[in-house]
Amino acid sequence: MAPEGPIASADLAILLNALAIMLVIVVPTILATLGVAWWYRAGNARAHYRPDFAYSGRVELIVWSIPIMVILFLGGVIWIGSHDLDPGRPIPSRQPPLEVQVVSLDWAWLFIYPEQQVASLNALALPVGVPVHLRLTSASVMNSFFVPRLGSQIYAMNGMETQLSLRADRAGQFYGQSAQFSGDGFSDMHFAVQALPGVGFAQWVKAAQASQSILDDRSFADLGGQHRPIEPSTMRAPQGTLFDAIVAQHIAPAPGPQLGPGGRAQSTPSSSGVQNHAG
Amino acid sequence: MLGKLDWSAIPFAQPIPLFAAGLVMLALLGAAIWVTRRGLWSYLWREWITSVDHKRIGIMYSMLALLMLLRGFIDAIMMRSQQSIAVHGAKGYLPPEHYDQIFSAHGTIMIFFGAMPFIIGLMNFVVPLQLGVRDVAFPTLNSVSFWLTASGALLVNMSLVIGEFARTGWLPYAPLSETTYSPGVGVDYYLWAIQISGAGTLMTGINLVTTILKMRTPGMSYMRMPMFCWTALGSNMLIVAAFPILTATLAMLTLDRYLGFHFFTNEAGGNMMMFVNLIWAWGHPEVYILILPAFGVFSEVFSTFSGKPLFGYRSMVAATLFIVVVSFFVWLHHFFTMGAGADVNAFFGIATSVIAVGTGVKIYNWLFTMVGGRLRFPTPMLWSLAFMVTFVVGGMTGVLMAVPPADFLLHNSMFLVAHFHNVIVGGVIFGAFAGYSFWFPKAFGFQLDERWGKRAFWPSLIGFVLTFGALYVVGLEGMTRRLQRTEVDDWIPWLHVALAGVGFMMLGVAAQAIQLYISIRDRERLRDLTGDPWDGRSLEWSTSSPPPAFNFAVMPDVRGEEAYWGMKRRAIEAQSLGDEPAYESIDMPRNSPTGIVTAFFATLIGFALIWQIWWLAILGFLGTYATFVVFAWRDRDEISVPVEEVTRIDRARRAARARHLGQNDEEPA
Repeated sequence: MAPEGPIASADLAILLNALAIMLVIVVPTILATLGVAWWYRAGNARAHYRPDFAYSGRVELIVWSIPIMVILFLGGVIWIGSHDLDPGRPIPSRQPPLEVQVVSLDWAWLFIYPEQQVASLNALALPVGVPVHLRLTSASVMNSFFVPRLGSQIYAMNGMETQLSLRADRAGQFYGQSAQFSGDGFSDMHFAVQALPGVGFAQWVKAAQASQSILDDRSFADLGGQHRPIEPSTMRAPQGTLFDAIVAQHIAPAPGPQLGPGGRAQSTPSSSGVQNHAG
Repeated sequence: MLGKLDWSAIPFAQPIPLFAAGLVMLALLGAAIWVTRRGLWSYLWREWITSVDHKRIGIMYSMLALLMLLRGFIDAIMMRSQQSIAVHGAKGYLPPEHYDQIFSAHGTIMIFFGAMPFIIGLMNFVVPLQLGVRDVAFPTLNSVSFWLTASGALLVNMSLVIGEFARTGWLPYAPLSETTYSPGVGVDYYLWAIQISGAGTLMTGINLVTTILKMRTPGMSYMRMPMFCWTALGSNMLIVAAFPILTATLAMLTLDRYLGFHFFTNEAGGNMMMFVNLIWAWGHPEVYILILPAFGVFSEVFSTFSGKPLFGYRSMVAATLFIVVVSFFVWLHHFFTMGAGADVNAFFGIATSVIAVGTGVKIYNWLFTMVGGRLRFPTPMLWSLAFMVTFVVGGMTGVLMAVPPADFLLHNSMFLVAHFHNVIVGGVIFGAFAGYSFWFPKAFGFQLDERWGKRAFWPSLIGFVLTFGALYVVGLEGMTRRLQRTEVDDWIPWLHVALAGVGFMMLGVAAQAIQLYISIRDRERLRDLTGDPWDGRSLEWSTSSPPPAFNFAVMPDVRGEEAYWGMKRRAIEAQSLGDEPAYESIDMPRNSPTGIVTAFFATLIGFALIWQIWWLAILGFLGTYATFVVFAWRDRDEISVPVEEVTRIDRARRAARARHLGQNDEEPA
């Protein structure tokens, strides 16, 4: 794990802290188990056999208090961590956050940049150092948006909206994926995150604004149904209401596969090469 | 006439399921021919299939579990090999439609038809013996429970060659599992298989709770019950409380799929997260339903092979009940990533780590059970020690994921997969194997071969560490679960290590099969003459191996904790078993085919509803009801074992014990 932003760093730090707190008792416990089992083996004449040693108030006190104290400590870490790193919490910054709307499709990711009036499929471009505020939903089944090197994941659900704040602190290309199984094309739901320096991001936006293709209700309807895999692309998105229409279900959820012969579901034949073996 | 069913349901174009099914059919045919040649059908029918003896039912549960564990393990081999091959743009040998069924079937089978029947089998066999009673509270119901579980297992396995199984994962999250996104019969197979076997499990829960609360031998007060009975009580109370949630949740999904309801759909006000909430409100207690009896097994094993009572017995009881209660307050940790908000996440995160207190206490009490002991290391003890060492790690990774920000990185990752295999394989399955090798001589009258037991143990442990160690690492590197193929180079070496681990586990499985074969072959050498091969401490060791149908000729008189240990001590001091008790004839429940007939009709109902063959479903319902009516109107429900028979059997047992008492002062009576 190599974090590339504040959320990933903080997630990882709390993970490692919790791990360290627990290792302090886990390692001695493992060693004690093996040591005790070895020392009190039947063949060891030096070990003292105490067949009636079945209760000791002092030992019980220790036995209960060790886990309780660890959990008390960890409970504090959990409480503070849950609040500090709540996915919807904005990242403090002097710069206003970049708004991105995320829609999970079967089986691809659609990213809409309402302020820039552009959109991209299976490719997420971000400016380095600028907080990104993501609003997420799904056009069909549930998915989980996850870029491991940027940190926290969150579900995308149809008819609902979740929020997530992330920031990339270094330019580079990171792997993103869905972390919630969503059907036959699930393995195709990975995408590249490109963290670009300010100028690079502006160029990317400009290029997208000059794109031939356009995202509107009609072209979005073509994205419904089950496709795989979808090549990364960019498009113009002058209509700013698409995301809200999906969340409010003014656009109906995408259809699923057909019922094929033999009681088996049959995904829509793919347009781009990967053979469908159903049926 | 046949609903959705026609010849296209058989996957003639797919070699793997076809070949697997052919192999299974051949094996079944071979078994049938062997049974016919030996003329064993009537014996099987009389003594096993229609048996309401809790010991026989327990053994059949365990046999079903072993078979299903094997099936689930084959799925695991396919998954691990597919993920090792399908890299760098390669597609592997399992297309997504098939791969998705395999991981769904793997989880479903391992939990519902592997782990559950194994644990229930052990409880069925052991609990009445430990309580000093002759059967469970409702013996015929017990048989019905078993056969309904077998019926569910049959349906899941039928889906391999007739239609398809669910492609949704072992918990069919809506809306993926709704008709819109899963129009095939796969989810229906899942629903009816789980509903039918779930009804069986619920009845087992009621049966065992009633048995433990109402049917203990005189003197067996709650605080004198062996630890295994306490954990069985906890587990079965959880079954009674949690399984109705599962049944109701799946019933709602069924209504969505069959009658156009909108509980969990995208449209018309359905709420998918309600499904996720409800399924985990059952699902997390389910984890403790599985692990608590395993904790009980370890308690018995550590105490027996340390030659000491269990350390901190009362503390262990308290920890068990603590886990029972808290297990209902943690379910949301399965979906911290829903976006519920910081307070909700923090509450469930803390509740989840609090439950680790109970487990931590147990670990230390087992440790202190060994302190001051005189430890022997036969196979059950090896499984138990391996459990203790690995479970501490599994518990730690569990608490780690209870920290919401850490879970935001680890949710649904291979790290999670490694965690729950760490605790379910290292806890439940190691516990089941410990119990299997511990109580095998009690069940069959001869011990399992120790040498092959150890040969099974070591490669299993090595494979377990390799596979799930590698999955922990690849999960930390960001790999998510259920990927049919992968594109990230860093993951590949770890996927290969995981596959190598599976290779070791295969050696373990093979050794276990060989152990069973060798032990049956050499049963005269391995014969357990005394009924107390391990120098045991609870009542099951006071009767012969295998126990007579009535378990105890006279109800044991319990005068303290560790009932049998006390009796044994008194017999050694007096160098006598005491006077022969006054024998009486014993009334035992009569065998009944109700269980298998009910399950036959239940299978018909399930199959008919899956394929929407409505007339057959109606026929199945009528048949089930008729079976119930016939059973309810029975004239005789008990048979009497004559006093001469009881006397003869118990005199033989006493003679064996007395011989042993004379031979050896240390390991007697």
